[in-house]
Amino acid sequence: MAFNWFRYASPATFYSVAGRLAPWFAWSAAALAAIGVYLGLFIAPTDFQQGDAYRIIFIHVPAAWMSMFLYVVMAFWSALALGFNTRLSAMMAQAIAPTGALMTAIALFTGSLWGRPTWGTYWAWDARMTSELILLFLYLGIIALRNAIEEPRRADRACAVLALTGVINVPIIYYSVKWWNTLHQGSSVSLTAAPTMAAIMLTGMLIMSFAAWFYAIAVVLVRVRAIMLERERGAAWVSDLQEVRAA
Amino acid sequence: MMDFFAMGGYAFYVWGSYGMTALVVIVEIGALIGRRKAALEEARLSGPEDAAVAITGRGAG
Repeated sequence: MAFNWFRYASPATFYSVAGRLAPWFAWSAAALAAIGVYLGLFIAPTDFQQGDAYRIIFIHVPAAWMSMFLYVVMAFWSALALGFNTRLSAMMAQAIAPTGALMTAIALFTGSLWGRPTWGTYWAWDARMTSELILLFLYLGIIALRNAIEEPRRADRACAVLALTGVINVPIIYYSVKWWNTLHQGSSVSLTAAPTMAAIMLTGMLIMSFAAWFYAIAVVLVRVRAIMLERERGAAWVSDLQEVRAA
Repeated sequence: MMDFFAMGGYAFYVWGSYGMTALVVIVEIGALIGRRKAALEEARLSGPEDAAVAITGRGAG
């Protein structure tokens, strides 16, 4: 018999799988973040142009990448939820939104603190910054929309439509530094060109990016489990859970 | 050591960034732990009996 993928689409199965996976991702994230921060603050040399202010890059770039990536993943689950009407996909989209919003907030906040010493301003209505701010509003809008609709299945569909509409903003953020003359610099890392930064800086940034990835996966898995408990309470599989029966 | 904390004069910007990020991570993890606890508590309170009440209008005893 073929492997049954839909088995994992059942909340009861996914709940236990997510519970077993989450600690691995959490500890990997903690270990990678420790190594990344050590490389970024202690090992990487001071930049000859920006001094030590550039060390913000080890937080800023991974957070900005995650803010866009998480949005695309959220939109992907939203599309599945709309197309197949699967409960789990909608719950995944619901679980991603808060972490996406926080990653966007970190990217904006650290960018602002980086902009002040290097550009002389905390904020400018530049294409990259403005589109990233719109991303934050999209995340917040999706969260607020869900809270405004009492019936969860109806909220799922409304949020999915909004998430899919907003996905147009992601390529705008990504290409903004090419399409417009922005204050924000162009990409530091490219898949097609040789890296323009020192190897140790690039290594630190990539390790921090993996840390952010694993952190986001761990947090989303834990959150989707809580959402399952919230939305499926009263269902037999929830009442049969060890942690629910043991009072 | 003081040199390290001074960050070449950019202490406010560098530590502000790392500090805020650490704070966000701690708050998110704390909120998640609270959310899971509350969800488990709710699930315990509304067992399958309550679901039966909601559907049939009579308790399971």
